[in-house]
Amino acid sequence: MSMWMIFKVAVRAIFRNKTRSLLTCLGIIVGIAAVIAVMAIGQGAQTMMVKEISSMGNNLVMVFPEGRGHGPVSGGMGQGQTMTAGDAEAIKKELSHLVQGVSPQVRSNVQMMYASKNWAGNVQGVSTDIVLISNWVVEEGRFFSEEEEKRAARVCVVGTTVKKNLFQDEDPIGKTIRLKNITFKVVGVLGSKGANNWGQDQDDVVMAPYTSVQRYLQRSKFANINMMNLSLISMDDLDEAKREVGALLRQRHHLADYQDDDFETRDTTEIMNTIGSVTGLMTVLLTAVAAISLLVGGIGIMNIMLVSVTERIKEIGLRMAIGATPANILMQFLLEAVVLSTVGGAVGVVVGIAGAEFIGSVKGWPILIQTGSTIAAFAFSAVVGVFFGFYPAWRASKLNPIDCLRYE
Amino acid sequence: MGTKHLIEIRDMYKIYELGDEPVHALDGVSLSVDDGEFVAIMGSSGSGKSTMLNILGCLDTPTKGSYLLDGVEVAARTATELAHIRNEKLGFVFQNFNLLPRTSALENVELPDLYMGRLSLRSRRKRALELLKRVGLGGRHSHTPAQLSGGQQQRVAIARALMNNPPVVFADEPTGNLDTKSSIEIMNLFTELSHEGITIVMVTHEDDIAAYAKRHIVMRDGRVMCDDHGEGGMKTTEQVSQLVKEALS
Repeated sequence: MSMWMIFKVAVRAIFRNKTRSLLTCLGIIVGIAAVIAVMAIGQGAQTMMVKEISSMGNNLVMVFPEGRGHGPVSGGMGQGQTMTAGDAEAIKKELSHLVQGVSPQVRSNVQMMYASKNWAGNVQGVSTDIVLISNWVVEEGRFFSEEEEKRAARVCVVGTTVKKNLFQDEDPIGKTIRLKNITFKVVGVLGSKGANNWGQDQDDVVMAPYTSVQRYLQRSKFANINMMNLSLISMDDLDEAKREVGALLRQRHHLADYQDDDFETRDTTEIMNTIGSVTGLMTVLLTAVAAISLLVGGIGIMNIMLVSVTERIKEIGLRMAIGATPANILMQFLLEAVVLSTVGGAVGVVVGIAGAEFIGSVKGWPILIQTGSTIAAFAFSAVVGVFFGFYPAWRASKLNPIDCLRYE
Repeated sequence: MGTKHLIEIRDMYKIYELGDEPVHALDGVSLSVDDGEFVAIMGSSGSGKSTMLNILGCLDTPTKGSYLLDGVEVAARTATELAHIRNEKLGFVFQNFNLLPRTSALENVELPDLYMGRLSLRSRRKRALELLKRVGLGGRHSHTPAQLSGGQQQRVAIARALMNNPPVVFADEPTGNLDTKSSIEIMNLFTELSHEGITIVMVTHEDDIAAYAKRHIVMRDGRVMCDDHGEGGMKTTEQVSQLVKEALS
């Protein structure tokens, strides 16, 4: 008997007991739908986190001076005073085969004033490379120029949060704001980046040339910087870049072999790895939940198939008497189980996607439905059918035709 | 070898181990059936006639002994091999019809060829319709068993038995569930088929039904008590009764 014929027999048997078949499918539907929905929500969340991390910068590596203790007093990260803008320039010049942009960064918390408004915020002294490094978009006006950076011009660009608080609807371009009572001219407005992973508003920022911040706002006798942001040409060279940056800084800081580094590098892969391990654990848990729900659904199928074999024992006997081989009988009942489970799987996929979209729209969560995992879930439902359908089908195929025909 | 028989069994034993004592359902039976014979196997219940039919029909295997069907030894075969033999060489008609429920008469008749896969869809349908016409159900091919009378269901079963053109048809109490009128119709149909050259081996305990057969075999306790080898022409019911009585006395 051809597979197509056996398939038709199996489908017909399923339609004879519509209610029972539906209830049997339900176990698989619930299992698959749960897997699809939870995966869609989980993957949506993961993708959003990854996207936010990459929005921090373009192949970003951060270098912090390490706070070396003075006697018993330890400094915090970024508090060491050994790193200078000269280090940044050296990296840019000597490691241009690895690094496409370097920006020193100095910070100053100041009270900003414009007309009658004032706002406390963070002024970041950076170089023009920061646009490339941190993927900033200049929405209005322009970024400050290299020439302005060199001569420590009192110019700045503002983030949207600062713009909103100081200027409201006014056009800030060309206006003068006062930072620590020093006047700076606003030349541009940065495009919005929103909050980062830690909930910090990335738009609450004023950027000025680091030279200007050092000269006018920090007024320090030291030329130290708080950190450096580097943008690598390729993340593939991460290890090499870290090594070479380290070697260069050690040389510039005159560190002897026995001395520890007086700086520390950080990159986003570390954060990505952490997120990866968290989501990895989540995936394991979800897989376990999915496996259990599909196990329950599969047992439901096995149960119904055993009932079905007993119920149709006379049919089995007759089919055997007129020439059905054990393999024919096995295939008939196996296909019936597989059809039940794959129909359940297909409906489960649809219900799962609809459920995820619904939850996503109600809760405002990002939803990501991946074709690969959807196909995998569906394929798994077929595997469940084969696995749990095999025993009843095998039992049917081993029956003796006379016993079946005589069965009362 | 002599003449080649269609069915030839030699020293056939079927022994069931029930409790302490083994039960000999068949106790060293030897017999042969030639092409075109119409045989009635008779005997009371427990005589071994059903066991005999099951083994002849390749539904069961003997404990001991040889069975040549159409010149081929079939006594010790696997379940799959037996299924192929049943499909290609044997037709079955059962007491309780055994049609697939909620399935049309036509599809019931087509079933043996579905397992054989010899005919195309069209010629399979054509042959099934011809067979239904032949058993007198020309206009009822789309009826399901529930829409047919007992006699009509048995006709469908006979058409199904003939689907793969087997050399022999086995009938197990074919009229056991039928009224007198239907019984006569069914037996007349068997007689016609016999005249057309189809070999029929039938099990019955009713003398009037056995009277339709040409040859009569009477069994008791797993042994053949009497075999008239079809000699002396057709017998009346009374003659059959007499034969059985003499055999068992």
